[in-house]
Amino acid sequence: MDVILFLIFALIAVVCAINVVVQTHPISSALSLVGVMGSLAVLYLLLGAEFIAAAQVIVYAGAIMVLFVFVIMLLNAGAETRTGRSYLIPGAPLLVLFLGLLAFFVQRIFPDTTMVRFGGFTGGGPAEIGHALFTTYLLPFEVTSILILVAIIGAIVLARKEIE
Amino acid sequence: MMNAVPISWFLTLSAILFALGVAGFLFRRNIITVFMSIELMLNAVNLSFVTFAYQHKEVSGHLFTFFVMVVAAAEAAVGLAIILTVFKGRSTLNIDDVNSMKN
Repeated sequence: MDVILFLIFALIAVVCAINVVVQTHPISSALSLVGVMGSLAVLYLLLGAEFIAAAQVIVYAGAIMVLFVFVIMLLNAGAETRTGRSYLIPGAPLLVLFLGLLAFFVQRIFPDTTMVRFGGFTGGGPAEIGHALFTTYLLPFEVTSILILVAIIGAIVLARKEIE
Repeated sequence: MMNAVPISWFLTLSAILFALGVAGFLFRRNIITVFMSIELMLNAVNLSFVTFAYQHKEVSGHLFTFFVMVVAAAEAAVGLAIILTVFKGRSTLNIDDVNSMKN
């Protein structure tokens, strides 16, 4: 059951990721990326990361991708125009070769001593995350809030109209 | 039929997604698609973090994933603002046309 679930959503993720790369229109890429993020959220649930799965759907698939779609619509971005020569002919076989080598080495380096089954790890709920966030990782958490403040101010400064 | 997934399958999926993100980053010419490829790579790394958190039965991996998400959100806000500014000045999204720092 877990294997079937993994295979289905891994396949969706890989197909959508390929679609992100090969689509010429940015809005198609953005919607494919939503598919990748949604299937990754299911895989997070399989790994026992409930909080991260929820945050993935809300923050990534919700907030960040809406931001992308807004900008694509705002700039009226059309299909990509080809400039220069195409790298698809030498690139695609090289990419497949590289992916095969990568998969081979990952299988060799990490022998299958640990098997993932649903419910095998239950320490990823909001209570455990919150406890770790406010005890061990308190300083990074506070620094993160400053980072977000800087990002907000930076975005406003960059995107506002110039005042003469 | 196996009832559990080997942990290396998750890591292989993460590696494949990361490689596809690198390919998109290198081969695409639209600045928004390049930006989305970066998000794809960040997602692949997040999957590795969560997988290792499962392997070591540790919650720290989830915390790092959380911080990566926050940084990705901040990066998306600032990056898209930069894209808007570039588009206002040059009316193009092609990264080959934005080369004023080249010479």
